[in-house]
Amino acid sequence: MVDRRYRLAVILSGLVLFFLAAPSFLSRYYLYLIGLILITGLLATSLNMVLGFGGMYQFHHSVFYGVGAYSFALVSMKSGLPPAVGYAAAPVMAALASLIIGLITIRLSKLYFGMLQLSLGSLVWAIVYRWYSFTGGDDGIHGINIPEVIDSTRGVYYFTLVVTIICMYLMFRMVNSPFGRIFQGIRDNPERTEAIGVNVKSHQLVGQIIAGTFAGIAGALFVTVEGSVFPDLMFWTLSLELIIMCLLGGWYVFFGPMLGAAIIVVLRTFVGIYTEYWTLVLGIVLMLLIYFLPQGILGYFQRRPLSEEH
Amino acid sequence: MAGAEPLMLEVKNLNKTFDGFQAVSGARLRVEKGQVVAVIGPNGAGKTTLFNLITGQLTPDSGLILFQGEDITGRKPYLVCRKGISRSYQIVNIFHRLTVFENVQIAVLSFQKKSFHWYAAARKMAVAETRAILKSVGLADKADQISGSLSHGDQKVLEIAIALGNKPKLLILDEPTAGMSPEETGLSLTLLRRLCTDHGLTILFCEHDMGMVFSFAHEIMVMQQGQTIVQSTPAEVRRDPRVQAAYLGGTDKCSA
Repeated sequence: MVDRRYRLAVILSGLVLFFLAAPSFLSRYYLYLIGLILITGLLATSLNMVLGFGGMYQFHHSVFYGVGAYSFALVSMKSGLPPAVGYAAAPVMAALASLIIGLITIRLSKLYFGMLQLSLGSLVWAIVYRWYSFTGGDDGIHGINIPEVIDSTRGVYYFTLVVTIICMYLMFRMVNSPFGRIFQGIRDNPERTEAIGVNVKSHQLVGQIIAGTFAGIAGALFVTVEGSVFPDLMFWTLSLELIIMCLLGGWYVFFGPMLGAAIIVVLRTFVGIYTEYWTLVLGIVLMLLIYFLPQGILGYFQRRPLSEEH
Repeated sequence: MAGAEPLMLEVKNLNKTFDGFQAVSGARLRVEKGQVVAVIGPNGAGKTTLFNLITGQLTPDSGLILFQGEDITGRKPYLVCRKGISRSYQIVNIFHRLTVFENVQIAVLSFQKKSFHWYAAARKMAVAETRAILKSVGLADKADQISGSLSHGDQKVLEIAIALGNKPKLLILDEPTAGMSPEETGLSLTLLRRLCTDHGLTILFCEHDMGMVFSFAHEIMVMQQGQTIVQSTPAEVRRDPRVQAAYLGGTDKCSA
C-alpha cells in the first residue's frame, strides 16, 4: 500500500510538471484544450463526490456548474464590482442552489431523488433560457471581462491549473476524511449507517452542497477560459455526459472522472473534426466499457479505490 | 424510577400493524442491566418487527419503549443508537465495498462524533479502538480484506463488530448465528459470552437455535402472533404449558 501511494505521488507530480511546463512547448490551442479538460475533469470529479462516493443519483449536476458560470458572468457584467467578487459569487451561489434543490430532493431516495433533481434543474435551465433581459436567454452572455492579471493565454491557463489543483486536493482530502469514509458507508448501506448513529440525510445534504460548490468553481473557470456563458451549460445532456465520464474513468476511484473527462473532451475535439457523429464512437466505447471494464478504466487497474485504502 | 436503578430496557404494550396485519400486539419485555435476554417464537411471531420498533427502524402504532427510564418510543434510528443501543441484523447488513477495518472504523468515528470532520486523514483516526474491537471478535488478521469477500460466518461476526463500534450499553442481536455451521455457532457463543463478561454488555437477542438460547440466556421471552406469552427463566419457560402449546400444539413448526 505504501508503494501504491508512492506510485500515485510519482504519476501526479509528473503530470503537474508537464502541465506547468506545457505553455513553453504547446500552442495556444492545446493550452485551451488542456484548460477545458481540467475544468470538465474538475466538474466530473465534483459530481463523483456524491455519485461514486455517496451513491446518490445526482442526475442534474450541470445546473450547479451553470449557476456558478452565470453568477460569475452576471456579477462581472452587471454589478460593476471587482472580478474577485464574481469568483466568490460562483461557489456561493452554486452552494445556495444545491442547498435549496437539496432540501427539496433529499427526502426522496435513489431514483426518485434523481428524477426530482432532473425536473428542478430543468426548471432552472428554462428560466435562464427564457429570461432575455437578465440572462441573455438562449444567446447567453458574451465578451465577459476577466481580471487583467490573468488576461492572457498563459495567465488563464495557469489560473485554471492552480485552481483545479487546489480543488482536486481539497476533494481528495474530503474523500479520505472521516466524512468521506462515512459517506461511502452511506453509499454501501444507508440503513446500516443510520443504525450506527449517523444522521444520513444531513450528511447527504452536506455532500450535495460540497459537490455543488466545486461545480460552481468549475463554472467560473469555464467563463474565464471561454469568455462567455450560454444555457447549454446547464442543459441535462451535459449532466448525462458527466455521468458517462465518471463511469468511463471509474467512479470508485478518485481520479477516474478526471480521466473520463479527458477522454471525452479529446474524442469530441478530434473525432469531431472528421464527423459530427462523434457520439457514435462514444457509444461504441461505452458498450465495450460496460462489457469489459464495468468498474471503469482506473477501476480495472486499481481493483479497489485508492481512497478506501489505509 | 423510585430510587431503584431503572431497567435497561422496558417495552410496554407495544403495537404495530402492517396493512391490517397485527405484527406486534401488546408486546411486553423487561431487560435488566447485565442480563442476557432471548426472544423466541415461531417464524412470523414478530421478533424482528419488535427489534425494529425498539431501534427506530419502524414506528409503533402505540405502546411505550423505555431505555434506562427514558422514553425512546418512535425515535429515529440514529438517535436511538446515540442513546447507547446498537444492533446487528439477521441478514448480513455490512458495508460490502469497504474493508473489514473500515466497516468497524466508521462506527467508531460516528460514536466519536467525527463524522463531519472533512480534512483530517481517516486512516490515522480511531485506529486503536477499531483494532481492539477486531481483536476481541477475532477478525484482526482479516482487517484489510474487503468485507464483501468474507465468508458468511465471518460477515455475521463483523455484524457484531460493527455494532460494538458504538460502545453500546445494550446490544440487540437479530439471529446472530443464522446460517452458521455448528462450529461457527459454537465459536460465536464463546465470543458473545466473553463480550458479556469483558465489557459488561447487556444483550437482547432472538435466535432459532434452542440449544444456544437455553444455554446463553438468563431470561427468555416467548412471542406468538405478535403477543408476549411469557418472560421468565429458561427452566420455567421450558415447563410452561402455553409455550409447549405454541411450539408443539400449534400449526407453526418449530425449528429446534
